[in-house]
Amino acid sequence: MSEREPKKTIKEISPIDVYKLLPKTNCKECGEANCMAFATRVVNGELAVDNCPPVTKEEYRVNFSRLEDLMAPPVRTIVVGTGDRTMKLGGKYVLYRHEFTYNNPTPIAIDVSDDLPEDERTARVRAVADFSYNYIGRELRLDAIAIRSTRHDPAAFASAVTAVAALTDLPLILCTYDAAIMAAGLAHIRERRPLLYAATKDNWKEMAELALRYGCPLVVSAPHDIALLRSLVKTLVEYGVVDLVLDPGTAVEPGLSGTIHTFSQIRRAVFADGDELLGYPLLGTPITAWLSPEISHELIQWKEACAASMLLSRYADLLILHSLEGWVLLPQLIWRFNIYTDPRKPVSVDTGVRTFGSPGKDAPVLITTNYALTYFTVESDIKAAGIDCFLIVVDTGGNSVESAVAGRYLNAESMAAALNDNKIADIVDHRHLIIPGLAARLSGETEEASGWHVLVGPKDSSGIPAFLKAHWPPKNS
Amino acid sequence: MTGLDPHEEKTSAGTVQDAIPGLLAMLSGKKRVELENFAMEIGDLEFWIPTGTVAAPTGSTTPARVKPTTLFAETFVPSSEEFVGRIHEVRLGATKSEGGSRSRSLLIGGSTYPPFVSADHPATHPPVFALDVFDMAVPLSKVLMENVKDVINDPAEWARMNVKKYGADMITVHLMSTDPLISDATPAAAARTVEDVLQAVDVPIIIGGCGDPRKDAAVFCKVAEVADGERLLLNSVTLGMTETKTLDLVARAAKEHGHAVLGFTGLELNKAKELNRRLYEYLPPEDIVMDLTTVALGYGLEYSFTIHERARHAALMGDTELQQPTISASTNAWAAREAWMKMDKKYGSRGLRGPLWETVNALTLLLAGVDIFMMMHPAAIRTCKDTIRMFAEKDAPVPDGVARWATMKI
Repeated sequence: MSEREPKKTIKEISPIDVYKLLPKTNCKECGEANCMAFATRVVNGELAVDNCPPVTKEEYRVNFSRLEDLMAPPVRTIVVGTGDRTMKLGGKYVLYRHEFTYNNPTPIAIDVSDDLPEDERTARVRAVADFSYNYIGRELRLDAIAIRSTRHDPAAFASAVTAVAALTDLPLILCTYDAAIMAAGLAHIRERRPLLYAATKDNWKEMAELALRYGCPLVVSAPHDIALLRSLVKTLVEYGVVDLVLDPGTAVEPGLSGTIHTFSQIRRAVFADGDELLGYPLLGTPITAWLSPEISHELIQWKEACAASMLLSRYADLLILHSLEGWVLLPQLIWRFNIYTDPRKPVSVDTGVRTFGSPGKDAPVLITTNYALTYFTVESDIKAAGIDCFLIVVDTGGNSVESAVAGRYLNAESMAAALNDNKIADIVDHRHLIIPGLAARLSGETEEASGWHVLVGPKDSSGIPAFLKAHWPPKNS
Repeated sequence: MTGLDPHEEKTSAGTVQDAIPGLLAMLSGKKRVELENFAMEIGDLEFWIPTGTVAAPTGSTTPARVKPTTLFAETFVPSSEEFVGRIHEVRLGATKSEGGSRSRSLLIGGSTYPPFVSADHPATHPPVFALDVFDMAVPLSKVLMENVKDVINDPAEWARMNVKKYGADMITVHLMSTDPLISDATPAAAARTVEDVLQAVDVPIIIGGCGDPRKDAAVFCKVAEVADGERLLLNSVTLGMTETKTLDLVARAAKEHGHAVLGFTGLELNKAKELNRRLYEYLPPEDIVMDLTTVALGYGLEYSFTIHERARHAALMGDTELQQPTISASTNAWAAREAWMKMDKKYGSRGLRGPLWETVNALTLLLAGVDIFMMMHPAAIRTCKDTIRMFAEKDAPVPDGVARWATMKI
């Protein structure tokens, strides 16, 4: 029994609150200078309480538990999988991204059904595991596989689960409403700690027993019925199952509006009303698009993509999709990456000259804006191509090339000044400046203002390698 | 410890709470407390179970508990948050009786609640769609060009097609040719283009400038005059116009000729507030729309999303300097290479990727509360309109049987 004070929100917790419960020995075992520095980083969400080695020891048991309670997010963190390949769901501290960085980027799972022939199944699992996209220097990937029982046969499910588990170490989600089928599949991969989908009003007891016996997290499903969802959660927690994920139902069309409303109401209940029964990760299933009688696969995929992206913005902590098409997945992976970045991250990077590779006096000089995403895109393209060059980062007030040109933040004078201020004439022995293609209309003015020859580069930095191949060294020098 | 009977304590409300500080003081420093003559009903117990990252081994840590045999019956009452702020309503376009020549005018804004969180709080005025028209041939992605190549040199015809074929609620005429760095077309020439478009279509019009604060002011003043009473949206006025001392010219012209202005700022809420303050000196809030900047998905859409959420939240919480409707240039999505570039075939054709990119851009900002969308691709517009229509249905059907996804054959 705990005498619980009204829980502080993450914005209300001060480093002192954390510090008071730490050993206060300034032992530096955590790598920080002292306990106060550690406490500050915990409050900023940069370190977890258990990053302090001493506090996890038996003598600090009470403090450790109070620290965990203090820092516990209103939406609990649920871990699926084991070892290196775990995925963390939920762990949300806030409703709005501008309040505090969203934790635990929404994992995206792709389904594999147990009626697939072996070769198709293998190919699909490999495709999920291998899917990747290089975005500003990061590999964006898919995160999990949801194995569905469509044959209603325990043996078929068990065999599919075993086969998939052997092919990949991605976290797994087992999908069936039949506890006997679930048990058959689970028996073979109990050590993988899969997520079990799902307990409903009809099977909750059997599913709860399985979750307890195998120590697995369990999805609670009550499509578009939040009262039933709360009833199931209350019952299951009482039953002893504490690692829960909520499935409030996903309808793609019609009904997507109701789905967005449901997800929003659940999260608002948690953050505005402190509803603990709803304080669990939310599962979104855009795969329901495939229930549509629509014949065109492209149309279904389109709807699945739209629903997925909206659910990423509206609180889904885990998504299950069917489409493996790149055009469906790219916007999801990129948007997921984006909204889980730190909102305090500045829009701009430092100005100045960046050196790539080992450029000589004859190396190309390029110029770009200090808008972070523009800079990282250009940087990533230059690095990927292994180009030796200088890149001038000019202050455009954090605007991309297009808006900086339109808004006059990037102009002939600012580029001439950047050449001057950075003493580029001392670094290279040529006088050729490569400007972004989107700034083409500034080329004449810039030549006048700077006295340098201007080469108009590609509109997109992905074209830099080809551009340099064709135009560097410049013909007229 | 004796004499603590929870049943007695509960007889008068608040007694237990009043006693807690004293109890805590008594307990402080004690590691162990023994209770004597203690009785309690199971319902009084609140179990707090820490969520470990790894589940406890089978049933070993929890003391023998009574597992429920039937489902508890919980209810759900949606959160009843209240908001004091309200977004101003702005009317765009004017009918004959309103002093213009449009077949209808549009009312935007008016929100009193966060967007799309509950069927009980539908949008006051559903968001509207302005389709782009340029007054000169512009470089466009191949996928966008396919739909407009026959009209690319004729803004009036382009506008007509956007309304007739693609269901545009509004038209944005981008007067790019006025850019001193492009063809430096005169304000009079720009005004003629606007008149052509006003003749060609009967929907409200947005006037897009070239971004040069001096030139835009000259163009907007001229256009405002020739389109007197049409209730155009002048896109845009900026803080840069305060440096060139042209903001007041545009604001006065808008006021004199009955138009609205769009205040543009670059992802900075304080700048948006500052610009609004400047504009309030000349114009009522009913004449002002905000453009907080729309960046393409992959190139910073998260900045746009978050600034729109922040602005709308602050406005509803009572910040009177942010209670203006907002606009998004979702066509900007096409700046992302993933939208227009030919890529490895595993990433699909750009014919699908591009329009979806624009769609996701717009849907994301729709959820953040944007009131007007400037868009281009027909498929993106259709999807967004369908989505808004779905949200507008008070009793949108919730299909049963969505649970079948888990076991269906695909």
